[in-house]
Amino acid sequence: MWRKPTITEGARGWLMISPPFFYALALMAVPLCAIVLFSFWTQDFMTVDTTFTLNNYREIAEKPIYTALLQRSLYVSTCVTIVTVLLAFPVAYYVSFYVKPERKSLWLFLITIPFWTSYLIRVFLWKVILGFNGVINTGLINIGLIEEPLTFILYNVNAVIITLAHAFAPFAILPIFVALEKIDRSLLEAAQDLGENRVMTFFRVTLPLAMPGVVAAVLIVFIPTIGDYVTPELMGGAGGKLIANMIQTQFLALNNAPLGAALAVVAMVSVSAIALFFVLLNRRWLRGRS
Amino acid sequence: MSLRIYAIIYLIFLYAPIALLPLFAFNDATIIAFPLTGFTGKWFGELMNNTSLHTAVGNSLFIAVMTAILSTLLGICAARAGAMYRFPLKAGVTGFIMLPLVLPEIIVAVSLLIVVVQIFGWSLSNWTIIAAHVLICTPFCIAILNGAFQNLDPSMEEAAMDLGESRFGAFRSVTLPLIMPGIISSMLIAFTISLDEFIIAFFLSGTSPTMPVYIWGLLRFPQSLPVVMALGTILVALSILLLTIAEILRRRGMARAGVKDKGGFL
Repeated sequence: MWRKPTITEGARGWLMISPPFFYALALMAVPLCAIVLFSFWTQDFMTVDTTFTLNNYREIAEKPIYTALLQRSLYVSTCVTIVTVLLAFPVAYYVSFYVKPERKSLWLFLITIPFWTSYLIRVFLWKVILGFNGVINTGLINIGLIEEPLTFILYNVNAVIITLAHAFAPFAILPIFVALEKIDRSLLEAAQDLGENRVMTFFRVTLPLAMPGVVAAVLIVFIPTIGDYVTPELMGGAGGKLIANMIQTQFLALNNAPLGAALAVVAMVSVSAIALFFVLLNRRWLRGRS
Repeated sequence: MSLRIYAIIYLIFLYAPIALLPLFAFNDATIIAFPLTGFTGKWFGELMNNTSLHTAVGNSLFIAVMTAILSTLLGICAARAGAMYRFPLKAGVTGFIMLPLVLPEIIVAVSLLIVVVQIFGWSLSNWTIIAAHVLICTPFCIAILNGAFQNLDPSMEEAAMDLGESRFGAFRSVTLPLIMPGIISSMLIAFTISLDEFIIAFFLSGTSPTMPVYIWGLLRFPQSLPVVMALGTILVALSILLLTIAEILRRRGMARAGVKDKGGFL
């Protein structure tokens, strides 16, 4: 009997996934390769010289400003990640363990809403809160706690860290929440039945099982924060500029795209290396658990 | 109990900046600081007469609508492939498509800028922004649509095909109605992300700015700040409205698919 040639399930799956796959390939993978290629070229005003050279990387290594900016960027991203994840964990824990199941999505919805609202204006409003005549300073002066406005919270690295920690909060809460939700509650009862107290149960059962979520939260906060130039521009003042500001300047103001590309590559590679190292450090928590 | 208090304080921290917006939008002073001086609606009036703002809003709306449609279409493909088929390299390919979620936006922006301007020599337009926005919105759409496709029984489409529907006909008449709430929810989320996105739009916008790029320009002029606050108030109200609709539809979609709601967009 004649049969229509059947397409296998695997082929059909590939056919289905191919539009988003090729889109990501063309608009993400190819441009990323282009940026690496570009970083080995040079540009003189408008003409691009395509001879292979390491000059851009040499300049980055030799001029102290670039290394200083990169170090500060990595420092800020690390601080933001630590602050965000530490502040977020108890909230995720509360929503997962103490909120009634039917109220959980309401809590998550409330947590995510501020994240979706105008980013630029949110960053600007932190200036209003932390500023010289801002909410915090007027408030503290009015209740008599301080005489002079506090100045260490605006136009420096601290202000950048506070603002970014606010912006990335939901990114940290959601993966931790998902990991906590997966924990089999009977394991906790078992630990307590076997004589562990609540604190030890948390550290020996809950936390290790939540580690995949914590690692995901760290990565999803740490990697993107390196690419933000809005917050340092508005909040950082002269001493709080980061590597992303320099990349932006090289591309848009100084018209030196190859040097900008090299800076972007250096930033990406350092961030990925640190992220990879962090994942390796935590691999014993990630292995074989689902 | 103390955890509950902490969680509530945390929510206040999350909402503090947004809560200030309407205060300054209706405040009768050009300086954005306390104490408030009086009530006025004039900043909203100024929004109505600003033609360059209207052009920028028009650009942003066009970009956001196109982004919502295209990224949701790509999201449907990926979510359907993920839910219904097993194929080689599935985890790797899916991970690759989700990668823009963690890629710093400035990297997406500069790499596309290089390709478009330096390599192809094309000029920047709204379409370059749409192309980039579709890339970063697709992972969010997939995350939402995965929820809608979960537990969708593949045998329902097979049954429809046994009864004489074509493959596409089965999808249209059986699966599509079931995932419709998810589709609308995904479009609303992509629309919201695109409308608000600044970092990429700043690099890739042509001669005519989008709304966030225009707002960025305004932030440099102290006298225009109250107008920005008024605009911000409208935007926040609008996004809360859209997100609430998206959330209601997402839950309805989960209910239709018979999945217990685990909450959250991600």
